[in-house]
Amino acid sequence: MINILNIQNLGCGYPKFQLSEINFEIPKGSFAGIIGPNGSGKTTLFRAITGILGLKTGKILLSDKNLKSFSLRERAQNIAIVSQFIEAGDMSVEDYVLMGRIPYHSRFNFFETNEDFSIARKYMEMTDTWRFKDQLMSELSGGEQQLAGIARALTQQPQLLLLDEPTSHLDITHQVHILNVLQQLNQEMGLSVLMVIHDLNLASEYCDRLILVNQGKIHTQGTPEEVLTFQNIEDVYKTVVVTQNNPLSGKPAVFLASRKVLKDIQEKLSKL
Amino acid sequence: MQKKYLQWSLYLAGLLVLLAASVVLSLSVGEMNLGFMDIFSILRKGHESMEYTILSQIRFPRVLLGIAVGGALSLSGILLQGVYRNPLVEPYTLGISGGASLGVAFAIVFGLHLLVGSFVLPIAGFAGSFLIIFLVYTISTRNGRVNIQTMLLTGVMISFIASSAMMLLMATTSSENLHGIIFWIMGSLDEPDMSLIYITLIIALVSLVVSYLFVQPLNALRLGEEKAKHLGINTDTAIKLIFLVASLLAGVSVAVAGVIGFVGLIIPHLMRLLVGSDYRILLVTSFLSGSIFLVLSDVIARTIISPNELPIGVITGIAGGIAFLLMMSHTSIRSLNKSR
Repeated sequence: MINILNIQNLGCGYPKFQLSEINFEIPKGSFAGIIGPNGSGKTTLFRAITGILGLKTGKILLSDKNLKSFSLRERAQNIAIVSQFIEAGDMSVEDYVLMGRIPYHSRFNFFETNEDFSIARKYMEMTDTWRFKDQLMSELSGGEQQLAGIARALTQQPQLLLLDEPTSHLDITHQVHILNVLQQLNQEMGLSVLMVIHDLNLASEYCDRLILVNQGKIHTQGTPEEVLTFQNIEDVYKTVVVTQNNPLSGKPAVFLASRKVLKDIQEKLSKL
Repeated sequence: MQKKYLQWSLYLAGLLVLLAASVVLSLSVGEMNLGFMDIFSILRKGHESMEYTILSQIRFPRVLLGIAVGGALSLSGILLQGVYRNPLVEPYTLGISGGASLGVAFAIVFGLHLLVGSFVLPIAGFAGSFLIIFLVYTISTRNGRVNIQTMLLTGVMISFIASSAMMLLMATTSSENLHGIIFWIMGSLDEPDMSLIYITLIIALVSLVVSYLFVQPLNALRLGEEKAKHLGINTDTAIKLIFLVASLLAGVSVAVAGVIGFVGLIIPHLMRLLVGSDYRILLVTSFLSGSIFLVLSDVIARTIISPNELPIGVITGIAGGIAFLLMMSHTSIRSLNKSR
């Protein structure tokens, strides 16, 4: 099977924070998630893949080609990124989505072609944002903006879609809606998806592969069942949790316990 | 054709008509009023009449310089606002006018214009502004990357230093020189050297064409530097080159016409309210409306206390500022914009 992304011995970072010995592979057509506590290096890893941050060691292969040999434009034609917040302000949703065609335009292309418009329309319909096309981006809710962001990313017609915490500031309706859209794209178009996600239960439910990052290194990687064990989570997050399988999907679900509950349990145990 | 493009053509056509109208107005109004229709017959008849001399020697050069400088300042403003993603930035924020003023003050105080000729003043102004641009640029570039925020702060600081240095020159020089400096700073479209006017116009128009090569980076930069990179834009190179084009425009304008404020700040704002935030239409409409604004301001400057003339900077500041406040209070324009 071809790997859409193959990261070998990657090291990079800032003077005060370094990622090191990062190795992982993501098969084409995967729906993968990067999880880990705040400050563990998820975003740094993302910035390395997107080319914002230079590598100190190792390499990143995209479909077996070294990403270093890609120009910024070629990168943008192959990898599209949806950021956590979209600050597009005073532009219409359609204009914003059309910006996804920029990587395909030469310097002298001043006008979008009919093809550009129809590609943008196709993905706006797919993400259910076509009905907002004439509204300003700033008038949309957070969830709708996120969907427009996905439509813009798809308009880049990438091989790989990266998302940086696409659901972190949304309510459960929008969280599930956005992840369902992504899942549908993944299954119907075979689009490879890699997202940074905070919510362990959503990660478990939607991703077929998880990469657990801690203190600049990969702690564990594999299927949700392999990664989301209570030992791994307690080890990385320093929080007591219980894991059980979701009765519908059979995927692991993580439960938290408050300090009071833990105390009560301890007291009960000591009485026995 | 897309509705958007149709609308853009309408804006463009409207502004061209307005520009033509303000040119005709500017040619006909003055100490000696000429009828709109007469202008054409005077021009056709040619060389002999006094009216022809007034038109070709006095009014026409002013109009040309107004078009060039107004367009250049406004274009410079919109480019810089695009790069810095800050609506308060204008060509003079970065110390370009401070540098030019300092250069001119230096030339006047040391009598260079008497020694070599008055053409030395624009050259001194240009040299001054480019010295500042060079300083701002080198200080804020590290390892080939420009830091936009550092650049802005550096510009503001150097601008302060330049204006203090100029105060120093002014405080220590004779009152005759002082008058010359102040008069220059206030700005005027009165430029006797026709070739200088043509040079300014050519630089302004060429820059307008060149700036269109950066329309994609400017549009992508609306999302922020990092997101523009995600769209495949080499933001570092684009920012540097756009900065240089904008500086050249402002430097040339200040050198030829003195410090004419507010054009580079207000006109881009008005255009954003009117045509939206897409740089494909913003650049050219900003240029055209800057030209219109300056040509009309010049008409007011030389007729309001005729036969004397007010400094054009006074008119652009007062008229432009008031017009802008009025526009801002009419929020209906914003809601008009939304319906697009």
